[in-house]
Amino acid sequence: MSDVLLRLEGVGRDFDVSYPWLNRVLEGQPRQLLRAVDSVTLEVRRGETMALVGESGCGKSTVARLIVGLYQPSRGRIDFDGVEVTNPSARAQTLQVRRRMQMIFQDPYASLNPRWRVREVVAEPLRVLGLASSEADIDHRVGELLGQVGLAAQDGEKYPHEFSGGQRQRISIARALSGNPEFLVCDEPTSALDVSVQAQILNLMTDLQDKLGLTYLFISHNLAVVSHIADRIGVMYLGRLVEVAAADELFSRPRHPYTRMLLDAVPDLEMSGKQRTPVAGEVPNPLSPPSGCAFHPRCPHANDRCRSEAPAAIAKDGNVVACHAVQEGRI
Amino acid sequence: MTSPAAPLLEVKDLRVEFPTRRGLLVAVDGISFSIAPGEVLGVVGESGAGKSLTGMAVIRLLEPPGRIAGGEVRLDGQRIDDLPLDQLRRIRGRRIGAIFQDPLTSLNPLYTVGEQITETILTHLEVTPAEARERALGLLREVGIPAPESRIDHYSHQFSGGMRQRVVIALALCAEPRLIIADEPTTALDVSIQAQIIQLLKRLAREHGTAVMLITHDMGVIAETADRVAVMYAGRIAEIGPVREVIHSPRHPYTVGLMGSIPKLGAGMGKKHMRLAQIEGAMPRLNAIPAGCAFNPRCPKRMDRCINERPVLVAAGTNQSACWLYE
Repeated sequence: MSDVLLRLEGVGRDFDVSYPWLNRVLEGQPRQLLRAVDSVTLEVRRGETMALVGESGCGKSTVARLIVGLYQPSRGRIDFDGVEVTNPSARAQTLQVRRRMQMIFQDPYASLNPRWRVREVVAEPLRVLGLASSEADIDHRVGELLGQVGLAAQDGEKYPHEFSGGQRQRISIARALSGNPEFLVCDEPTSALDVSVQAQILNLMTDLQDKLGLTYLFISHNLAVVSHIADRIGVMYLGRLVEVAAADELFSRPRHPYTRMLLDAVPDLEMSGKQRTPVAGEVPNPLSPPSGCAFHPRCPHANDRCRSEAPAAIAKDGNVVACHAVQEGRI
Repeated sequence: MTSPAAPLLEVKDLRVEFPTRRGLLVAVDGISFSIAPGEVLGVVGESGAGKSLTGMAVIRLLEPPGRIAGGEVRLDGQRIDDLPLDQLRRIRGRRIGAIFQDPLTSLNPLYTVGEQITETILTHLEVTPAEARERALGLLREVGIPAPESRIDHYSHQFSGGMRQRVVIALALCAEPRLIIADEPTTALDVSIQAQIIQLLKRLAREHGTAVMLITHDMGVIAETADRVAVMYAGRIAEIGPVREVIHSPRHPYTVGLMGSIPKLGAGMGKKHMRLAQIEGAMPRLNAIPAGCAFNPRCPKRMDRCINERPVLVAAGTNQSACWLYE
């Protein structure tokens, strides 16, 4: 059994954002492709929490959706436990593997069907995947799952609107767990929650990981949350992975200028007097990304090479960084 | 700057109610605070704590059926909570500016940003349209919009999120207000942009001596920006004090729990799977606020009197805390 559970190789995804056909014909508008994710290569190891961070529009949620199969990649391949899940000709095999992963979404108000009782919400994967033999079996399992996430078995009779945001997110987690997955893709699972509730959910996720041996891919824009929960962290910028490193290394020795910038921009709760260095500029329009390294217009270390040539992601000691300045030893 | 003798804004026993078919909901329950000129008061709390409603009540922008049911709001010593609407309108925008969370809905998409800013200036100040435009340009430059000469004639959709929020700040500053109410001004923005906006707000408050009421759920933003902070829970102030004290030595058990539940950058380093401190349960709904101290069902230090008697703010170190522990 290999150590790597999930492997992405050169995965990319384009979205067609062209004007409608008629405008293109009459007004001569060109086709326009938005490169949401561009050649992302990434490994997630069994039992770890891998996090992806980045600002809005950097493609982290698209990566999550590519992995669980909500989107098909435009390029590259995704392997789960040694099986290529992006291969359309091996559908039967792919389906077997896909059962082993589940997803938790950001907005617990939008991800639960308001007309279903919680019991039905949690039981749906059991029915679809044929994991329960009888109604009594389903009842038992749903009660067990709700208990596992800190709700009562009787809560299954209620509707989602009767629960608070944090409780709804617990229901989402129970639903994700009902298919006995090994791998959970969590797309900003706590961003819609208050801090005290966020702490409850993060603790719950940590406990479940210890108990069930889960592997997480945790997507977030909040670096403090990520530093708390992740073993390894990937930083994304404009559709590309710019740095991957173990969590403590990333925070103590960030290498890519963008990672440094992100860390500098985090509010300082300790009030050590450290000044936040606000970064000049904003994330460029992904429809017309800058030439060369996408970060160069905001980067203090950019030179001519950065402006013309996109840096390759170079792995060293298990860490990856895509930056000319780091490779050349300039920073 | 912080002379307690002459606060710019003084709120006393403010109470906001929502009469509903199922009974009266008290969303803000007898809160008092003041802000001095040039001071930034942070108001933090989780959703439903009543922090936004407090801000809205100060400028009387409560949506019906919400209403101010008691208390006083004084600006520069003058009561503004009972002013007729036409007089209040001259205070809004002129002496109190407001910045809201979502910069897209705070701007009118049908007018250029220049038109919106000059309209506000012309409403409140005695200037000619040409002077107003000149002033609008200056404001856009001051809030850090590059090339304001060309940007002034753009529409809000042509700006990015961070730039839009800068325009909204420029709009709030139009008439040099004495007080700015900023309700979650950075929540919709990415961290790197958030840092820029916070620095801008801080600089403006300092340079113009403007008092700022900064409403947010983000302790990090408060830590960087505020001079004092009020922690709200279930429509009441649980604790209020200098920001450093509240963050480093919180007194109220709710503040203690809240601070513990915030993940800190790099705090879990090397220790795999460290748990966060957590407060059990959730904030009560408005129709089920417990008697006595509103926090008592979740409080690890609950005593008998907490269940029946409601605590008032008392001195606890340099802070004031509404907790019987400090009686």
